[in-house]
Amino acid sequence: MNFTYLKFEILRTLRNRRFLVFSLIFPLVLFFAIAGPNKMVIVEGIHFPLYYMTAMASWGSMTATLSSGARIAAERQIGWTRQLKITPLSTRNYFAAKIVCGYMMALFTVLALGVAGTILGVHLSGPEWLKLVALLLVGLIPFVVIGILLGHLMKVDSLGPALGGVTSLFALLGGSFGPIFQSGFMLKVVKDIPSYWLVQASQSVLSPSGWPPAQSWIVIGVWTVVMSRLAVIVYRRDSNRVS
Amino acid sequence: MNETTRRPHGIVVDHLSKSFGSVAAVRDVSLTIETGEIVALLGPNGAGKTTTIDMILGLSRPDKGTVTLFGTTPANAVLAGHVGGMLQTGSPPQYLNVRELITMVASLYPHPLDVDHVLEMTGTAEIATRSTTKLSGGQTQRVRFAVALVADPDLLVLDEPTAAIDVEGRRDFWNIMRSVVAGGKTVIFATHYLEEADAYADRIVLMARGRVVADGPPTEIKAKVGGRVIRATLSEVSAEELMTIEGVAKAERQGEGITLSCSDSATSDRVLRELLTRYPAARDFEVHGVGLEEAFLVLTADNEDSAVSGTDDANPELDGPGFER
Ligand SMILES: Nc1ncnc2c1ncn2[C@@H]1O[C@H](COP(=O)(O)OP(=O)(O)O)[C@@H](O)[C@H]1O
Ligand SMILES: [Mg+2]
Repeated sequence: MNFTYLKFEILRTLRNRRFLVFSLIFPLVLFFAIAGPNKMVIVEGIHFPLYYMTAMASWGSMTATLSSGARIAAERQIGWTRQLKITPLSTRNYFAAKIVCGYMMALFTVLALGVAGTILGVHLSGPEWLKLVALLLVGLIPFVVIGILLGHLMKVDSLGPALGGVTSLFALLGGSFGPIFQSGFMLKVVKDIPSYWLVQASQSVLSPSGWPPAQSWIVIGVWTVVMSRLAVIVYRRDSNRVS
Repeated sequence: MNETTRRPHGIVVDHLSKSFGSVAAVRDVSLTIETGEIVALLGPNGAGKTTTIDMILGLSRPDKGTVTLFGTTPANAVLAGHVGGMLQTGSPPQYLNVRELITMVASLYPHPLDVDHVLEMTGTAEIATRSTTKLSGGQTQRVRFAVALVADPDLLVLDEPTAAIDVEGRRDFWNIMRSVVAGGKTVIFATHYLEEADAYADRIVLMARGRVVADGPPTEIKAKVGGRVIRATLSEVSAEELMTIEGVAKAERQGEGITLSCSDSATSDRVLRELLTRYPAARDFEVHGVGLEEAFLVLTADNEDSAVSGTDDANPELDGPGFER
């Protein structure tokens, strides 16, 4: 691992205020606006603020990780990615830095929502909090990879809408804005989507076993492997001039 | 870099070809560049300079042919930190100042130069704390040069490094480049300014329509492309004899007609006077400047199959003599 390179990548990410707003402020505002008046409502067996805190943390952290794709597309457009390719920077270190930065932003969102949840009376034990954060971080892996993939696949102009669409679709199907399928075939389908398990993280923590079902680990694993493969292929091929 | 640690073998470009769809961007280009040479790739827009450079750097894969840098593949040479490059398009990334950027890039190389030293050498020390997005055209190019240089590479590849800067800035840039590479680095730079190639390269490789159409020291290339051509009708004097006129770089005969190439207009004036004195029978004089445009047409016509393909795009993107805009 090249820590100097990583350090500057992190610095660059933190200095980009625009993404902070989207992945941090929006979910927080929505959380207070919607969970505030519905403190006593029960959804899918848990208190609404807890459900909605997890949902907004999922949405915000998905936005955070996927938006690393926007930074990548911008770097490609100005030719910086090609410049990096004529340095000894390895594909692994390049991806590692992108992943760490995406994760860092996601972690900010998760922590901010945790604080917001506590304010609205969400009550979890210490180990439960830890487990919830850990499950969210694991569930985010496919989205970090999808962000990198999209960043290398698309141009800046088309990436904005694409990211917006992808994030909304994952958030909507996963239940970030409320559960949309209670039963039947469509529920089966959304259970194969990683964002569903992100949103379910709090239910999993409070379930009798205290852990998400085996299916969730498989879904996250398969999406991660497939998307990583694609991302590496696309990155390796992506040395042509962009504009 | 001193003599003993210098890389052997130099750069070998062997029968390189690359097409984009139906556009043959590079056609059968071969070059051997010795370690320590400063070589200009000169040619109009679309000549294939960037495509060639991309293949030299391993950024794109040739359809045919190979590139060898210091006895190994471009990818290996890049990995070993032997190569520094300034691509045609590419601006430094946002949210860093100049020193941070150079420090970050330095960290990628096994044996980088001292960052402050590089800032000093490239004339970017006074803008070291400025954001990379708040630089003038000339400053950006110097910063990008610093990015290429901090690797302390054996091969420095610069693709139109002065494209976006004014004449004065251009001179500054090349002076910096000259002083920095005095240590014996191999340099390949692309340009469409004849004067730049002439002033700063040891050797000019002239490209047009994807081919190398001339390759030699600047004086030779200048005689071909920057000079004057005298045409006249004069029989019974051999081309060899005409070559003895001082200032004639090249003499040719086509039937009754002769063509004499000279490096510049002062020379052609002298040659013309001498021609008239020696051969009063000479007539039908015609003197004109050779822009790169004409030079390319002449030079590509020497090459049979490109003369044929040359007619299909009879309007190459040329901007007059020397391509000065
Ligand atoms: N990615 C590409 N797709 C299609 N055509 C290309 C591409 N890159 C270069 N070309 C074409 O190849 C030819 C050579 O281009 P280039 O190498 O950029 O020339 P130069 O650098 O000498 O201006 C041009 O006709 C250009 O339009
Ligand atoms: Mg070019």
